[in-house]
Amino acid sequence: MFGFNWAGVIDFIPQLMTGLYYTLLISVLGLLIGFILGAVFGMGRVAKNKIIYGISTVYIEVIRGTPVLVQAIWIYFALPLIIGMNIESILAGVIVIAINSGAYIAEIVRGAVQSIEKGQMEAGRSLGLDHGQTMRYIIWPQAFKRMIPPLGNQFIISIKDTSLLSVILVPELIFQGRLIAANHFNAVEIYTTVAAFYLVITLSLSLVLRLLERRLDIQ
Amino acid sequence: MIEVKNLYKRFGDLEVLKNINCKVNESEVVCVIGPSGSGKSTLLRCLNMLEEMTSGDVVIDGDHINDKKVNINEIRAEVGMVFQQFNLFPHKTVIENIMLAPQKVRRISREDARKRAVALLDKVGLSDKENNYPSQLSGGQQQRVAIARALAMEPKVMLFDEPTSALDPELVGEVLEVMKQLALEGMTMVVVTHEMGFAKEVGDRVLFMDEGKIEEEGDPEQIFSKPKSERTQEFLRKVL
Ligand SMILES: Nc1ncnc2c1ncn2[C@@H]1O[C@H](COP(=O)(O)OP(=O)(O)OP(=O)(O)O)[C@@H](O)[C@H]1O
Ligand SMILES: [Mg+2]
Repeated sequence: MFGFNWAGVIDFIPQLMTGLYYTLLISVLGLLIGFILGAVFGMGRVAKNKIIYGISTVYIEVIRGTPVLVQAIWIYFALPLIIGMNIESILAGVIVIAINSGAYIAEIVRGAVQSIEKGQMEAGRSLGLDHGQTMRYIIWPQAFKRMIPPLGNQFIISIKDTSLLSVILVPELIFQGRLIAANHFNAVEIYTTVAAFYLVITLSLSLVLRLLERRLDIQ
Repeated sequence: MIEVKNLYKRFGDLEVLKNINCKVNESEVVCVIGPSGSGKSTLLRCLNMLEEMTSGDVVIDGDHINDKKVNINEIRAEVGMVFQQFNLFPHKTVIENIMLAPQKVRRISREDARKRAVALLDKVGLSDKENNYPSQLSGGQQQRVAIARALAMEPKVMLFDEPTSALDPELVGEVLEVMKQLALEGMTMVVVTHEMGFAKEVGDRVLFMDEGKIEEEGDPEQIFSKPKSERTQEFLRKVL
């Protein structure tokens, strides 16, 4: 660790913060939309309707069966040729994280909903609640609690996946890091700092999730 | 109140109910007994469409429940059900368990729902447990909450599927006591049970089911003292 200019990293903190901003922006927006997609397609996977089930299954299999990097490149470089319209790299980044995490979250949702004892749905229905009401008031609140650990996992994976978006020119953390290192020949210092940034984000998230879990566990 | 005509139920190739015909009159308590696997639960579950019948007709308070035009949720609101495993909502407190359906299905106000729940908890002797979660109650207490939850919908009929079978022996009595009280108040009840004492004492009529059929039915006195069918005799010899 000697012979490196660690103090010099300070000068690049503002630029890394810009990168951090985009990393967080894309993570938050992507995961928010991803969660909605996951909820919708997760419910699709437990639906009786064959078409809804089929569409959900195809979506999940296609996304899980292809690398995020390929998805990012496809959406940024291939999709515009199909739709005849450029997609801004940040928007593309959000889309990639959303559809990618959405597929994994859908499976988390499906698993959690299916893990709730059958008797819960029957109890709700026997009281005259319809399917939707039973889902909303009885199944989901219980399922959601079981989703938290795997969701936390997925959030962390997706946050790390945002680093791949540098190839589609999203100005996020590692993108900024590479710019700096290329110009200032301080790869060790900058990449170490970038790694530390990611670690801080993911560790903070872990902590928040652990607190949330404990909070929800009181009953 | 309930009329079952030519009811058949099949699970794939397995025929579980074979031409069931029976009637439950208003304020009557009908107990259903029979060996494991004879179709008692399935029959009960067909009465509120938790299980879809294969063919036949079930009429509840004038409504053909299989009719495409009837709203099954409206029928279920009138038919309370108590399960062997209680099936309380673990994420809700006792009082919330009871208040939910009246608000969402009957659309009564939160305050009215609360009043109703408080009165019912008093009735089942659990006034002090309002704010507990189900996991903090004994099995017998949980089952009494489940009964209160069903009663909160002010049903016309109550279905019980072995309500005491999951309980420790010393907790059975408190649940049967609540059911007995309900019967005395004139509730129409169908009770699947292994508690022959309860069937004898509280039942107006007993159905003995075997292999998907109603093998014998009659008043408890007759069934328990001089059963006609050999199958009934054999079953009673084993359980009494
Ligand atoms: N969902 C299902 N799918 C397939 N078979 C089923 C299903 N539910 C019940 N059965 C079968 O139907 C038959 C009757 O079951 P049912 O639960 O009605 O019996 P029961 O008289 O209530 O028995 P027990 O006293 O054990 O509760 C059994 O052979 C059972 O295995
Ligand atoms: Mg049964």
